[in-house]
Amino acid sequence: MSKIINEIESKQIKKDITEFKVGDTVKVFSKIVEGGKERLQGFEGIVIKRQGPGAREAFVVRKIVQGIGVEKLYLLHSPRVDSIQVLKKGRVRRAKLHYLRGRVGSRATKVAEEKVVATEGALPGTN
Amino acid sequence: MVKMMADQKNLKTEELKNEKTTGLQLDKIVGKKIGMTQLFDKIGNVIPVTVIEAGPCFVTQIKTAEKDGYNAVQLGFIDAKKLNKPKAGHLKGKKCRYLREFRLETLPKLALGQELKVDAFNPGDVVEISGISIGKGFAGTVKKYHHGRGPMTHGSKSHRIPGSIGAGTTPGRVLKGRKMSGRMGGVIVLEVNLGVVQIDLEKNLLLVKGSVPGKAGNIVTINRVAVAKPIVGKDE
Repeated sequence: MSKIINEIESKQIKKDITEFKVGDTVKVFSKIVEGGKERLQGFEGIVIKRQGPGAREAFVVRKIVQGIGVEKLYLLHSPRVDSIQVLKKGRVRRAKLHYLRGRVGSRATKVAEEKVVATEGALPGTN
Repeated sequence: MVKMMADQKNLKTEELKNEKTTGLQLDKIVGKKIGMTQLFDKIGNVIPVTVIEAGPCFVTQIKTAEKDGYNAVQLGFIDAKKLNKPKAGHLKGKKCRYLREFRLETLPKLALGQELKVDAFNPGDVVEISGISIGKGFAGTVKKYHHGRGPMTHGSKSHRIPGSIGAGTTPGRVLKGRKMSGRMGGVIVLEVNLGVVQIDLEKNLLLVKGSVPGKAGNIVTINRVAVAKPIVGKDE
């Protein structure tokens, strides 16, 4: 990637992003314009993937609504994404949790919770 | 309404022409394609943009109808490491690696050796950009002309073949213009209706919406076709 493009992209990167990982349960607040008014809409679910480098990074949040899986893709550095709240830390062994798509019932939303003590020693330097 | 718009358009082109004739700015420039990225606008829409390092260019030759038979401006771009003597003599002290010529109806008042920068352009301008497209080598008809392909399985052997190229004894030859496989790409392509999104005067960057012919590092010529319209009561 060109140096010039890196510079352009780095200007768009948000600095105050909440740290979160794949497997975490998060609530994403995005700005929505409705009838000329702006309001925040929350979407709660499991982060099933993070993709793309730098300013182009995006992540997918999945939840089950009335038995049907719903996924939303957010652009991490978009001005429309207001804030991200981490509700639960998950411990997963995959970068992409596509296997959740094939699951039905209670298993579809089940991700092991992160053990705070164990992870700090066991997973050094992970983001 | 339509007439009014047409009038406005005429006015604009006239203004543009005036600008050209008064020699304020030449609305053409030579640049180097850097690559593509994306930008967010104020409401959070993603705009795909091509980054072009445009200029600074130098006027290396002015061709006139009296002397050369047509009006044109030749621009030089990027410092050359080495110049042979004929080119050094032509450039008169400037060091330009690439030379590109722009034909003009009326010559603006330009001086030899004058420097041209991206400040001639503004966000909202509409430009057309031409360059050499990516060479695809010897390509078949499926890739080159978007022909359909045959079945890949069930005993079929006509996977990507071009098919029949004509009838038999009558006409007894292949008609001219028959689409066949051959070299694809590597030709001059003009991309029209590209909007200027952003300009960086410090780094001589021009960001246009959409794609531009060629690979990164390709030399492209930029020509403005319409100046920026004033924004009228549009939601930001």
